[in-house]
Amino acid sequence: MTTTTLDTTAEEAGTLDDSKLRSVLGNRVRPDRPGAVSASLTFGWRAMLKIKHVPEQLFDVTMFPIMFTLLFTYLFGGALEGSPTAYIQILAPGILVQTVIFITMYAGMGLNNDIKKGVFDRFRSLPIWRPAPMVGLLLGDAVRFILASLVVLTLSLIIGFRPEGGVIGVVAGIGLTLVFAFSISWIWTLLGLVMRTPEAVLNTAMTILFPVIFASNIFVNPDTMPGWLQTVVDLNPITHLVSAVRGLMGTGAETSDLIWVFASSAALIAIFAPLTMRRYSRL
Amino acid sequence: MSELAIETKGLVKVFGDNRAVDGVDLQITPGMVFGLLGPNGAGKTTTIRMLATLLRPDGGSATVLGHDVVTEADKVRSRVSMTGQYASVDEDLTGTENLVMLARLLGFDKAGAKARAAELLDAFGLGDAADRQIKNYSGGMRRRIDIAASIVVAPDLIFLDEPTTGLDPRSRNQVWNVVRALVADGTTVLLTTQYLDEADQLADRIAVIDHGKVIAEGTSSELKASVGAGALHVRVSGPERAERAEQMLVDSLGGEVIRESDGVSLSARADDPTRVAALLTELSNAGVEVTEFSLGQPSLDEVFLALTGHPVEEETERVDEREEEAVR
Repeated sequence: MTTTTLDTTAEEAGTLDDSKLRSVLGNRVRPDRPGAVSASLTFGWRAMLKIKHVPEQLFDVTMFPIMFTLLFTYLFGGALEGSPTAYIQILAPGILVQTVIFITMYAGMGLNNDIKKGVFDRFRSLPIWRPAPMVGLLLGDAVRFILASLVVLTLSLIIGFRPEGGVIGVVAGIGLTLVFAFSISWIWTLLGLVMRTPEAVLNTAMTILFPVIFASNIFVNPDTMPGWLQTVVDLNPITHLVSAVRGLMGTGAETSDLIWVFASSAALIAIFAPLTMRRYSRL
Repeated sequence: MSELAIETKGLVKVFGDNRAVDGVDLQITPGMVFGLLGPNGAGKTTTIRMLATLLRPDGGSATVLGHDVVTEADKVRSRVSMTGQYASVDEDLTGTENLVMLARLLGFDKAGAKARAAELLDAFGLGDAADRQIKNYSGGMRRRIDIAASIVVAPDLIFLDEPTTGLDPRSRNQVWNVVRALVADGTTVLLTTQYLDEADQLADRIAVIDHGKVIAEGTSSELKASVGAGALHVRVSGPERAERAEQMLVDSLGGEVIRESDGVSLSARADDPTRVAALLTELSNAGVEVTEFSLGQPSLDEVFLALTGHPVEEETERVDEREEEAVR
């Protein structure tokens, strides 16, 4: 510890150089403002740097999916489908969707933290495309989504998942999941701007996500559920997303499921992206 | 087109039933350092945030460098910089990464961004700390990286919100040097402060703000003239002597004498330094032992007392500011 203190003092002594100061101020280079894509990518790069500096945050995109996949496969596999190997064929696409959708809520927490720390003031006072900080945040999240998908997929393959759709089907399934994840994230960005603490964002998001995730066809076939619940499950976009991903990774997706997924994604963006931006500019 | 760097007319911002900024009129000419002086919760930060396009005014109008802060916010943003009260940098990232990120967002290409970041870190004495995360920086270093972040593209106007609050004297001096360099370069500076001596050191003109209103405006010497040349602080060796001393101060200086809560410290307004010299001799002759004495500038409290007739109401105002923060 003593060494650290000494180091700090030494660096603290690194004084301001007046002539250098005047020269950096005199350097009045004023480049053209960057485009929307470039600004968003810069924020995406920031998200990557944060993963590099705080790798602990990857815990939830690696350990949780592993836990869930193993638990559900071996606890329920025999009872539900006769054997864990038979069950993983149905569960793998579902648990992939579940994993990715749960991670989306961290976008709201991250945003809320940025606002509390004050760094968002700086972003908001820059002459850049206004949604760039949010879009960049979601681009960074895409990397986490893909990582989590790969973890689930690899583990599922190891314990017996054999997707008939092959590489193309699997990639398409993950791609579709990312589209929906990107769309639903705008709910959390809005929450992140409105709520006072990251914990409040997390709690609210959990309260919304839990019933939505479980009242779906991820874990069981809805045929055995009471009629009213079947209606709920059938209206749940997650159900259609899971069906579509199963289809893509299997023998082919129903057009109606794909339409449901794209339509609900478009609706989520159309409603929550403008609300987020409105709130952002009036923060 | 206005020739003023900043002009506000009847600027208002309301949080709930708290009129945080209540009709502020300012006229700031280019190239000057303008100080907003006031206690916590007076409305300084809210005013500066509206001018930096971070908050929307609820009433009145404001132009910055000739552009309306609401309708032409983007034009304002491209020519000003803001350094907030809390370091507006990413604590998880290193100094270099923060500056490179901002340079990229301001349109520098990769190589240009890196060069600019290195140049800034060097000039601000942060070269050795360039690759450390900001969360490991000291308070003074944070302030410097924050200001460096504000001049990645040298702005025409810079807002500094309480740039030295919480800094040790050396770090404070460093920030003052930066402000002076900015001015020498022709940048207009609007800073807020709670310290009269800071406003005195840096600002060409000062507006004293309280309860969201400007209650006085002028140069530092004009303000001080309205308060009195200075404040005399005397500390005596015991409470029984303090009473005697208090009476002598009243007789000699004529004004109000404040006895501090410790019972042995006294302060009074002293317009005439020669009277003070005589008073010290009188105290000594009367056998009142003076253990400490100073003749200094009036404090913010004294300015406030003189201007408003009431002392700084710090506690209640702090609550307001916290509410304001929560609304953000």
